[in-house]
Amino acid sequence: MAKLESKIPTGPLADKWSTYKSEALKLVNPANKRKYEVIVVGAGLAGASAAATLAELGYKVKCFVFHDTPRRAHSIAAQGGINAAKNYQNDGDSVHRLYYDTIKGGDYRSREANVHRLAEVSVNIIDQCVAQGVPFAREYGGLLANRSFGGAQVSRTFYARGQTGQQLLLGAYSALMKEAGRGAVEVHPFEEMSDLVVIEGQAKGIITRNLVSGEIRRWSADAVILATGGYGNVFNLSTYARGSNATAAWRAYKRGACFANPCFTQIHPTCIPVSGDYQSKLTLMSESLRNDGRIWVPKNAADCDKPASQIPEEARDYYLERIYPSFGNLAPRDVSSRAAMRMCDEGRGVGPGKRGVYLDFADAIQRLTEDGVRERYGNLFDIYHEITNENAYKQPMRIYPAVHYTMGGLWVDYNLMSNVPGLFVLGEANFSDHGANRLGASALMQGLADGYFVIPYTIGNYLATQKPGSRPKTDATEFAQAEQNVRDINDRLLGANGKEPVSHFHKRLGLIMWENCGMARTKESLQKAIKLIPELRAEYWQNVRVPGSGATLNQSLENASRVADYMELSELMCRDALAREESCGGHFREEYQYPDGECKRDDANFGHVAAWEYQGDGKDPLRNVEPLNYEFTQMSVRSYK
Amino acid sequence: MVAESSEKNINVTLRVWRQAGPNQPGKFVEYQAKNCNPNMSFLEMLDVVNDSLVTQGEEPIAFAHDCREGICGTCNLVIDGKPHGPHKAIATCQTYMRSFADGAVITVEPFRAKPFPVIKDLITDRSAFDKIQQAGGFISVRTGAGADANATPISKDNADLAMDAAQCIGCGACVAACKNASAMLFVAAKVSQFSLLPQGQPERDRRVLAMVAKMDELGFGSCTNQYECSAACPKLISHDFIARMNRDYIKATIRQTFKPKSNAVAGGA
Ligand SMILES: Cc1cc2nc3c(=O)[nH]c(=O)nc-3n(C[C@H](O)[C@H](O)[C@H](O)COP(=O)(O)OP(=O)(O)OC[C@H]3O[C@@H](n4cnc5c(N)ncnc54)[C@H](O)[C@@H]3O)c2cc1C
Ligand code: SF4
Ligand code: FES
Repeated sequence: MAKLESKIPTGPLADKWSTYKSEALKLVNPANKRKYEVIVVGAGLAGASAAATLAELGYKVKCFVFHDTPRRAHSIAAQGGINAAKNYQNDGDSVHRLYYDTIKGGDYRSREANVHRLAEVSVNIIDQCVAQGVPFAREYGGLLANRSFGGAQVSRTFYARGQTGQQLLLGAYSALMKEAGRGAVEVHPFEEMSDLVVIEGQAKGIITRNLVSGEIRRWSADAVILATGGYGNVFNLSTYARGSNATAAWRAYKRGACFANPCFTQIHPTCIPVSGDYQSKLTLMSESLRNDGRIWVPKNAADCDKPASQIPEEARDYYLERIYPSFGNLAPRDVSSRAAMRMCDEGRGVGPGKRGVYLDFADAIQRLTEDGVRERYGNLFDIYHEITNENAYKQPMRIYPAVHYTMGGLWVDYNLMSNVPGLFVLGEANFSDHGANRLGASALMQGLADGYFVIPYTIGNYLATQKPGSRPKTDATEFAQAEQNVRDINDRLLGANGKEPVSHFHKRLGLIMWENCGMARTKESLQKAIKLIPELRAEYWQNVRVPGSGATLNQSLENASRVADYMELSELMCRDALAREESCGGHFREEYQYPDGECKRDDANFGHVAAWEYQGDGKDPLRNVEPLNYEFTQMSVRSYK
Repeated sequence: MVAESSEKNINVTLRVWRQAGPNQPGKFVEYQAKNCNPNMSFLEMLDVVNDSLVTQGEEPIAFAHDCREGICGTCNLVIDGKPHGPHKAIATCQTYMRSFADGAVITVEPFRAKPFPVIKDLITDRSAFDKIQQAGGFISVRTGAGADANATPISKDNADLAMDAAQCIGCGACVAACKNASAMLFVAAKVSQFSLLPQGQPERDRRVLAMVAKMDELGFGSCTNQYECSAACPKLISHDFIARMNRDYIKATIRQTFKPKSNAVAGGA
């Protein structure tokens, strides 16, 4: 059974991080730093910021990405913004308020100490990014502009048009390139991590497949950092980039790292609805649109087929404003998504298949003029137009919830180290800060907090316990064994010689997950999925067709190996959802709800993190529990009314 | 920007460049894409063609893509001779089948530029861009060393212009569109972003000189002011930035020559 020590420092909440940093954390002296080699897998916000900062500190860093360049990481697609408790608007924001909103938004399923640290360093992030030349939006006076996001009553979100993730990532990427240029980081593009190497219980290296040459390679290090992003593509259709995948995290799980709260997935309320079965991805319409757009459906199901313009004001149901008057259209994501689902379940949805609701800008255009709206959201309206061929300045957008983010991930302690010593996990790949629901504009904050301001301190605490120069050689048997494991998986896929392309299986898996482990879950639906997934998995290994060879660039093989992991991870997600007999945040079990349809938590029995531990193929995984001890904040019923 | 809506499914013929590896000969191969929904994206159409190739036991067409929403810069097809296809201001992945007529014959090729060698089929190696960035595409600030973000106000106009330049997605279409394979637009976008901001001033000269030198060294051609680059650019990066960079470059060259230099060497007590 894994030992899950959260290592949360003692003392008052607001002092924990500063005291811990200055008094408890071990330091590595500068001369020794260059004797340590650190592997960073991933160069999204979390990975790029970590790799660059560790290199600045003097560590030898190798950074691996499956992309052709680090600048393509999925972080690039984040649109809306990044939160920080700067209180530049003087509207009453503070570190404590950001902490509180995030803890509450997460439905009291995250650690108080981690979230408080996140809120504390949020202010440094903005300073850092501006110093790097990130062109955030500004007011005429030259100072930084802010907007509001869901789950908050203050304006604390910094943004760069609708391309905040792009600009933050390019900032972190430029820092990474600076370090690469002076030889402090070796960047390895097109190099996919396919296994973790654990020696004497500690993470000491990785196995990669070079996606261009097909070569399988071994890399040793004193510590390994995974910053490999989320696993939402389990659902096939999602707002993630097509290449985002769970392989690094999943293979680390199979080497002993616990997977925490895998069922905590976020369904984003404002995405463009599905239009056909050929569809390869769903496109997000940034939550920032909810600042000015009003969400409605017809009051009367009979009106649903009429064009929006023919439905008079009094026949429209602005349901978020009606049900949640104090937060209105800015209710948190899980709440808004489920409300949209309920409206469509009642038969009041709009558009093809009646799975859509309106997001209407008519009032905003009246107030701000069309140009005013264009200045704020022009690029989003353009994207909407390209995809749907509809003009949202003239008619309301149609939106529907889609899979968007995963709060679950590899378990880490306060130092961001997993239960496998030497293995650190940053960004969306870990489970740490968002509990059961992430608030908008908080993932970018967490990724950069982890990479710029947490790991540079906490990794030293581990490395100081490792003798400089003691890292194993890559001819150790553990390396050979892990390499063989990767070869076996790939050979099996290439040799299956079945009839169906990978994509067909991925679609089928996605449908099972969306229907049974999506926005609403029940005991029956989850049991059904836990039966269907192994059947599909067996069929997959029998009947998948992966043409070509492993010795060249082979996109079918890349996909096949990622989908093989989804076939397993999906089952763990369902098991986790089944075991958690309560509703909280993005995890909505229909059996556990209040009469008004809100989540009914069970703090006494489930006020904990569930961290699953692999027990071997064909064996049931073990569910470990880390209790969440709330010392400073009361776990209360989350209300946005 | 987007063609009129059409409900009717269409059939098209694709002439696709197939090339097994970097130094191997390539050729065009014809495929039929039948019954395409006009609302399907061009890449989704290729997905469907690929699935049918796989079912027949053939190797699918390798093409680069990731975000499929025009922001990551991965997709890079030349469609009917145009990098990123027929429409202005969008990336390949945002091209929809409604842009093509029923019965059309569509030629699909990789970017053709010496500094971007073909890896396989339609995938090219654009790592040269990373090398240019490493030469100077950054502001040297250590993590944690930044001043308060509002300490230096920046006029909205300059911030907006810097953002216009910063929107570059690093796709390389500007290079592919240029008969000289020049990377001027890409480099100018980065140089201008920083030279418009106060934070970028200390390294302004060094940056432009180093990035331009690296670009030349990597075999990108020179700019002859045809502006095919900005016409192909999915983010409409303006060629005005090239003029801006040229001015920066000239000033930096002069200053480099006449600038008084300190004799001090590093070190001390
Ligand atoms: C459309 C969209 C919009 C969003 N908007 C916002 C927003 O406005 N505000 C906000 O706060 N959050 C937003 N988010 C969420 C946020 O963007 C992500 O959670 C965050 O960027 C994740 O960053 P990351 O560094 O953890 O991972 P990623 O950016 O996903 O990076 C993963 C990295 O790991 C590498 N990698 C993965 N697996 C391997 C492997 N096996 N081998 C080698 N390399 C590997 C990849 O190459 C990549 O470099 C949005 C998300 C989406 C999908
Ligand atoms: S300048 Fe335009 S075309 Fe060139 S790389 Fe940037 S986005 Fe692509
Ligand atoms: S796939 Fe990302 S820009 Fe086209």
